[in-house]
Amino acid sequence: MIPLQPPRRLVDVEIDGRAVRVPEGATILDACRAAGQDVPTLCHGDTLTPKNACRVCVVEVEGARTLAPACSRKAEPGMSVSTGSERARHSRKVVLELLASSADLSTTPRAAEWIEEYGARPDRFGEQAATVEQPAKVDNDLYVRDYAKCILCYKCVDACGDQWQNTFAIAVAGRGFDATISTEFDAPLTDSACVFCGNCVEVCPTGALSFKTEFDMRAEGTWDESRQTRTTTICSYCGVGCNLTLHVQDNKIVKVTSPHDNPVTHGNLCVKGRFGYGYV
Amino acid sequence: MDLRFRDAAPTEEERAAVDALLGPPATAWEGGARTEADLRFAARSEPRRDLLLPALHAVNDRVGWISEGALDYICRRLTVPPAEAYGVASFYSLFSLKPRPARVLHVCTDLACRARGAEEVRRRVEAELGPAGLAWQASPCLGMCERAPAALALEAGDPPSFAEYSFADAPGNPGSAVPGVLAVRAEDQGESTAGRGRPGVPQAGQPGLVLLRRVGQVDPASLDDYRATGGYRALRRAFDLGPAGVIREVLDSGLVGRGGAAFPTGRKWDATARQPDHPHYLVCNADESEPGTFKDRVLMEGDPYALIEAMTIAAYATGCAKGYLYIRGEYPTAVRRLRHAIATARSRGFLGDDVMGHGFAFDIELRRGAGAYICGEETAIFNSIEGYRGEPRSKPPFPVEKGLFGKPTVVNNVETLVNVLPILERGARAYAAAEPKLFCVSGCVARPGVYELTFGATLRELLDMAVPTGRVRAVLLGGAAGAFVTDLDIPLTFEGTRDAGATLGSGVVLVIDDTVDLKGLLLRIAEFFRDESCGQCVPCRVGTVRQEEALHRLSRRVEDSDLVLLREVGQAMRDASICGLGQTAWNAIESAVDRLGVFK
Amino acid sequence: MGYDRLTHPLVREGGELRRASWEEALDRAAEGFRRNVARHGPDCFAMLSCARSTNEMNYVGQKFTRVVIGTNNVDSCNRTCHAPSVAGLSAVFGSGGGTSSYQEIEDTDVIVMWGSAARDAHPIFFHHVLKALHKGARMFAVDPRRTGTARWAHRWLGLNVGTDIPLAHAVAREIIHAGLHNEAFIERATVGFEEFRQSVEPWTLQAAEQVTGVPAAAVRELAHAYATADRAQLCWTLGITEHHNATDNVRALINLALLTGHVGRYGSGLSPLRGQNNVQGGGDMGAIPNRLPGFQDILDPGIRARFEAAWGVPIQPRHGLNLTQMLEAMAEGEVTTCYLIGENPVQSEADSLACIKRLSMLDHLVVQDIFLTKTAQMADVVLPAGAAWCESEGTFTNSERRVQRVRKALEPPGEARDDIWILCELARRLGHDWRYDSAEQVWDEVRSLSPAHAGMTYERLERLQGIQWPCPSEDSLEPPFLHGRLWESDPARRGAPAPFAVLRHSPPVDVVDEEYPLRLTTGRRLDSYNTGVQSSGFPSPLRRGETIEMCPEDAEKLGVVAGEEVRITSRRGSVIAPVFIDPALRPGLVFMTMHFPDEVDTNSLTIEATCPIAGTAEFKAAAVRVEKLVAVG
Repeated sequence: MIPLQPPRRLVDVEIDGRAVRVPEGATILDACRAAGQDVPTLCHGDTLTPKNACRVCVVEVEGARTLAPACSRKAEPGMSVSTGSERARHSRKVVLELLASSADLSTTPRAAEWIEEYGARPDRFGEQAATVEQPAKVDNDLYVRDYAKCILCYKCVDACGDQWQNTFAIAVAGRGFDATISTEFDAPLTDSACVFCGNCVEVCPTGALSFKTEFDMRAEGTWDESRQTRTTTICSYCGVGCNLTLHVQDNKIVKVTSPHDNPVTHGNLCVKGRFGYGYV
Repeated sequence: MDLRFRDAAPTEEERAAVDALLGPPATAWEGGARTEADLRFAARSEPRRDLLLPALHAVNDRVGWISEGALDYICRRLTVPPAEAYGVASFYSLFSLKPRPARVLHVCTDLACRARGAEEVRRRVEAELGPAGLAWQASPCLGMCERAPAALALEAGDPPSFAEYSFADAPGNPGSAVPGVLAVRAEDQGESTAGRGRPGVPQAGQPGLVLLRRVGQVDPASLDDYRATGGYRALRRAFDLGPAGVIREVLDSGLVGRGGAAFPTGRKWDATARQPDHPHYLVCNADESEPGTFKDRVLMEGDPYALIEAMTIAAYATGCAKGYLYIRGEYPTAVRRLRHAIATARSRGFLGDDVMGHGFAFDIELRRGAGAYICGEETAIFNSIEGYRGEPRSKPPFPVEKGLFGKPTVVNNVETLVNVLPILERGARAYAAAEPKLFCVSGCVARPGVYELTFGATLRELLDMAVPTGRVRAVLLGGAAGAFVTDLDIPLTFEGTRDAGATLGSGVVLVIDDTVDLKGLLLRIAEFFRDESCGQCVPCRVGTVRQEEALHRLSRRVEDSDLVLLREVGQAMRDASICGLGQTAWNAIESAVDRLGVFK
Repeated sequence: MGYDRLTHPLVREGGELRRASWEEALDRAAEGFRRNVARHGPDCFAMLSCARSTNEMNYVGQKFTRVVIGTNNVDSCNRTCHAPSVAGLSAVFGSGGGTSSYQEIEDTDVIVMWGSAARDAHPIFFHHVLKALHKGARMFAVDPRRTGTARWAHRWLGLNVGTDIPLAHAVAREIIHAGLHNEAFIERATVGFEEFRQSVEPWTLQAAEQVTGVPAAAVRELAHAYATADRAQLCWTLGITEHHNATDNVRALINLALLTGHVGRYGSGLSPLRGQNNVQGGGDMGAIPNRLPGFQDILDPGIRARFEAAWGVPIQPRHGLNLTQMLEAMAEGEVTTCYLIGENPVQSEADSLACIKRLSMLDHLVVQDIFLTKTAQMADVVLPAGAAWCESEGTFTNSERRVQRVRKALEPPGEARDDIWILCELARRLGHDWRYDSAEQVWDEVRSLSPAHAGMTYERLERLQGIQWPCPSEDSLEPPFLHGRLWESDPARRGAPAPFAVLRHSPPVDVVDEEYPLRLTTGRRLDSYNTGVQSSGFPSPLRRGETIEMCPEDAEKLGVVAGEEVRITSRRGSVIAPVFIDPALRPGLVFMTMHFPDEVDTNSLTIEATCPIAGTAEFKAAAVRVEKLVAVG
C-alpha cells in the first residue's frame, strides 16, 4: 500500500585511488565522505540544493578541463577523482584567501583550520584590498544581518525562497563584488515580506545571520559555546510537532535550531518556534 | 503566492507602460479594480516570471527608470516576489532604480574605442554633461568598434528613441565633435547612421562574399529583396532533406560554433533533436558583448532575414516550435530591423503555424538584454529569458538536456546560424571547401570593420586589407577573453590560433600600435571583468577584484610578488570558476605579461 | 512584555493570594478536594488537563481523576478547538486521529484546505503543502477570507461564514451526479449511502451558490478535482470546528472522503490540524471524559476491566463531563471543585464574562500553571509548574499522530516543579502512594495499557525521530496512514463499515441583522498564539496588537481609516480596537484574533453557542456592529 522507492543503481567511482560505490545520483562529495575524505564546504547545505558558489570544495576529475565542485557534481561511473591534487589544493587555497581577505570569517566554523591547512595567506592582497566590511544591520529584535561576514553563498535566499519558506523576502541584488543579499529597495526587514522564521539564520555558514541574543552576547563577550548544552525537544505552540534544539547557556535559551534530518521540520521553524521562548 | 507588497503605488504612466505589454489586469488580485466576484472566488495567478525582463524594459523605456511603485506593480501583474524582481532589475546596467533623466548617453570606454581616443571623448562629455551617473555613463563595448570612438544615446518616452554617435570623423582629435553631436536630439536622428550607407563592411559588394553578400547591398527591411537574392532557398532545401538530413548536412560541413567555444554545431543539433523530453527550444544568442565584437550586429542590421531563415532551419532540424532571439540591449538598430523582419516573415507565412505551407510550426520571440555581458553565456541567457538574474548555471546538465525552462535547448550564436544557409544552399562539401569566417577588425587600422575570409588566411593577410595606421605592436585576438599575439603569420583557424596560444574566440582582431597605452588597456580589461562578473562564484567575484587591484599596483610599481599573485589568482579563476567569464578573465592579461613584457 | 513566570506556590488568604511553601499549598489543595468529594461525592470534581503538557502528565492527570478522585470528569481545551474532529472521526472510523502523515501531503495530487489558515497557523505543516505544490499538486482553499493559504491555492472559494455543510453537500451532489463517486468503495466499506444521497439532492450548484456565495462553477470544479484525483487530502482547522454544529461540519467533510474513497490509502486522507502542541496526545492519554488511555472506549467493560486490574480501583462505567458541561455544572452547583492544569478558560472560552462567573461559584479552585493567568488569579491555590516542553521529560503527539520525545533543557525557575511530581504529591496526600522516578516509567505504564502505544519505547522514539500510532509492536512499524482496513477484501479484516452522515444545514446562531450587520470571525496570526500568554514573551517585529480587520469598502462606508479606534459591539459585549484594512476581507465580514485579551477581550464578543456533540463554541461567527468613536467635547 505504501509506494516503494524504485531501487537505486549503484555507481563505482575512484576517490584518491580508492574504489567507492555510491547510489546513482550521489555527488562527488557524497562519494568523498563515503571514502572518508574530508572536503571543505561552505555554501553546501544538507537541506538545500547545491549552489556550488563558493568553490571551496573543488576537486580534480581526471580528464576534465576545469575543476569540479564536489558538492554538486554527480558521481559518474568510472569517474576518477583526486581531492588533494596540486591544482585542487591551489584553487582551494586561493578561494580561501579571496574569501578571508574580503569577508570576516571570524565566526565561520573551521575557516581558521582550513586557512592553516592550505597555507592560505589572506593578507597578501594588502591592506587596501576591497572588502565587504559594513555595519551590521540591526533592524529588529530577533536577528541581525552582519553582512561584513557574508560570503554570498545564496543559502539564506534559497531557504527563504522556493526551497523552504517560500516567503521570498530576500534576494541577491546588484552584481559582481557589489552584489548583496537584499530586500526590495534595501528596505528594513520589518518593512519587507520577512516573517521572521529565522530559517535563513539556520543555514547561514558564516554567522553573518545570527540571533540577536547571540550577536549581543558575542558583543559583550559572554557567548561561550563550550558552556552550552543542546537539547532537542518539541515546540510548545501548535500541534504540528516541530523539533527544536534548544541551545542553553546558564539555564537560559540563547538560540533555537532544528535538526536538519527531522521528518517534520527538515531544519525549518516558524517565528514562534524559533523565537517564542521568551516566556520560560 | 502570498506575496507581500509595500505601499508604493505606480504612476499612471508606469501602469500604462506595463499594461501596454501585458494587457489590463484580469482581477483585483493582479492589480485591477476590486469586483464582487473577486471577493468570492479567485484562481491562482500563475507566475509569468519570464515576462519580468520585458516588463522592466517597458517601464525603463517609457519613464527612464524603475520606481518602487512600478516594480511592485510589475510584481503584482506577474506574481513575482518584489525582492527577487529587485534582484533582477539591479543586475542589469541599462536599468536604473533611481530617478534619472530620460535621455542617457552611453559613452563607450572599452578596448577598441580606447585604442582610438575614447578617454578624450569621455573627458569632453564629462565637461559637457557633468559627472557620470545621470545624463551619461561610461559603457562597456557598444559593438560599434568600426566607428570608434562611439557613443549611444537612449531616450525614454513613448515610443523610446535612440541615437548612435561616432567620433571617428575627426582624426587626431576624437572628442572635438562631442558638443555638436550632443546637441542633436535623439529622435531627430531616427534611423541609425549605420544604415545602408555605412554597413561596417569594407568589403561590401565584393564578389565571392558568402555571409556578407547582402550586407549593404539589399534593403534590410525588404523581404522581397531578401528573396530576390537567394533568400529562403536554404529553408526549402531543408524541407526537402528533412530534419535528419539537415543535421547530417551540418555535421558533414564540419561547422563549429562561432560564439567562441567552437563546439561542433551538428553534434549539438543532433543531441537536442534526440532528447525525448519536450518541448525543445531554440535560443539564438545575439547578446554579442565580447569587447571588440560587432559582426553579429552587422549581420542582423544588414541581413536580418538571413538570421530568421537560419533560425527556422535550426528549429526544423531540432524539433523546436519556439525560438528566442536574445539580443543585447545596446543594439537598438538591430532590434528595430529584426522586429520588422520577424513581423514581415510572420505575415508572409515564413513564420507561424505553417511555415511555407510545409506544416511546420515555428515562431520567434525577440528578447532584449539589458546590459550584462554575462548573459551571452549559454546558460545565463536562459536565466535571463526566464526572468531570473543572468547567472550561469553549472554544467552538467548541459543545455541539450536541460536548458531553457528546464527543457532541451539548442543555443547558437548569430554567425553560426547564418552559416547554415550556405551549407544547405551549396551542400556540405562545397561549403567546407571554402568555409567563411567573419573577423571584427578594430583599433589602429585605417579600414576597420567586419571582414569575411575563408579559413586559412593569415593574420597578416587580414591586416593588409585593414591597413594598420602605425607599427603593429600586438593584436588582441578573441577579445577581452582572448590573448595578445605578436606573430602576424599565424593562420586564422581554430587550430592555428590555438597552437599560437591564443584563440579565435568571437573573431576579434584588435590592432594595437605604439600610440596605445597598453597598461591602461590591461586595466580596462581587468575593470571589464570585475564589472561584468555576475558575482555568483568566489574565484571570479573576488578574483577579478584582486586582479584589478594588482594591476593598479603594477602600473605604479612592478613587484614580483604582485606578478605571482596575479598568476595564482588567475590560475584559480581559470580552474575553479563556474563559467567561461571567470575562466578566461586572466587570459589576455597573462598573454600581455608573458608575451608583451608589459611589467618588465 | 508578557507575563512573569510563577516561581513559588500561592494560597488565598483573606481574599488575596500570598506566597506559600509547597507543603502548605499542597496540603491546602488536597484538603479542598477531599472536603468537596467527602461532601458531594467524586463527581463534584472536575479536572482540566493541559493540552500543552506531556502525554505522561496527561496520563497521570487522568489517572488522578479516575483513581484518586474516582470520577471521569476530565477534559482539556481540546474542547475549544478539535473535539469535533475527534468526535466526527471516531464516530466514522472508531479512531479520532487524522488519517494521514505529512509526507503523504507532499505526495498527494489534490489538497483541499477547508477552513484552515495553515500558512499562518501551522507554518511548518504548510511547508509540506508547498512541497506538494512545487511537485505539481493542486490546492483548493475554502475560507471566507483570502488568507495566505488561499493565495497559494489554485482556487479559492470564499464562502459565507457557517455555510460549510451546504458547500460540502453541493460538492457531494455534483460528484454523485457526475458519476464520479467511488462505487466500489462505497459498496464495500460504507453504510448509509442511499440516505446520504437523498439528503444532498436538494443542494444543487445553484442552491449552494445562493447560500454560500461561492460561484457554482467553482463548486463544480472543486467537486470534480477532488473526485477525479488519484490521491487527495482534505485538511481542516478551526474554520470547521469552531461552530455550534462543528461535529456536523466535520462529518460533512468525512462524507466527501467516503464518497470518493479518499481515505485509508497512501496519499489520500483526512487531516485535522491541531492547534496545540499536545491536543492529540491529551485525548490519546485519556484526558477526556469518554476515553481511557489509548483512546479506548470507557463504556467497554473488557477494557475497563484491564484498567481496573492495573490500577486497583473501579472505574465509573459512564462518560464524565466535558468542558462545556463542567462549566454548566458549575453554574448548577454540581461541580464544586476544580483542578485546572495549564488551562486559561477565563480568556480562552467564548463569552468570557459568563466563564468568570461560573468559576467564581466554585468552592475550591486549584490552578497549576507556569503563569499567574487571569484564571489563576481566581484560584484558591496556585501551584507553579515547569514548562512541559523544555523543563520536563516526556512525549508529545502531533497532528500526524507522531509521538515524539520532549526533553528537559532548562531547570524550572524558583520553586516551580514538574507537573507529575505535583500530581504525585497530591495523590499521596489523598491516600495514593504514587511514585514515578522518571517520565519513562510513566510511559512504560502507558505502553502496557495502550495497544496503540505498546511498541514505542523511548529508545525507539529517539532512534526513529518519533513514531506514529498505532504502534502495537516493538519490532515493526505500521503504515503512516489509518484505516487501510477499509480496502480489505476480506469482510472480517475490513471491520466495521464507515457510516455516511445525514446532516442538516444550520446557519450561525448569532444572526446578522440591521442592528448587528457585520459578521465577525476570529483566527490566529502568524507570530501570536491563543490568548497570547506564551507568545507575548518575545518581541515579534510582526506584532501590531489587536485590531478589527475590515475590507477597504466597509472602512469607507463607516468613514474610518486604518489605525482609527472604533467600538465593536455584539449582543454580549463591546470592545474598542483600532481598524486594520485588509483587502482579503469582503464587505460585511470583519476579523479579530484572541491574542491580546488583556487589551481587547475579543471573547467578550463571541457567542457561547456550543456544539451539542463536542461542546465547542462558535468562535467563528458572531454578529457585530462597528461604530466610529465620537470625540467628546
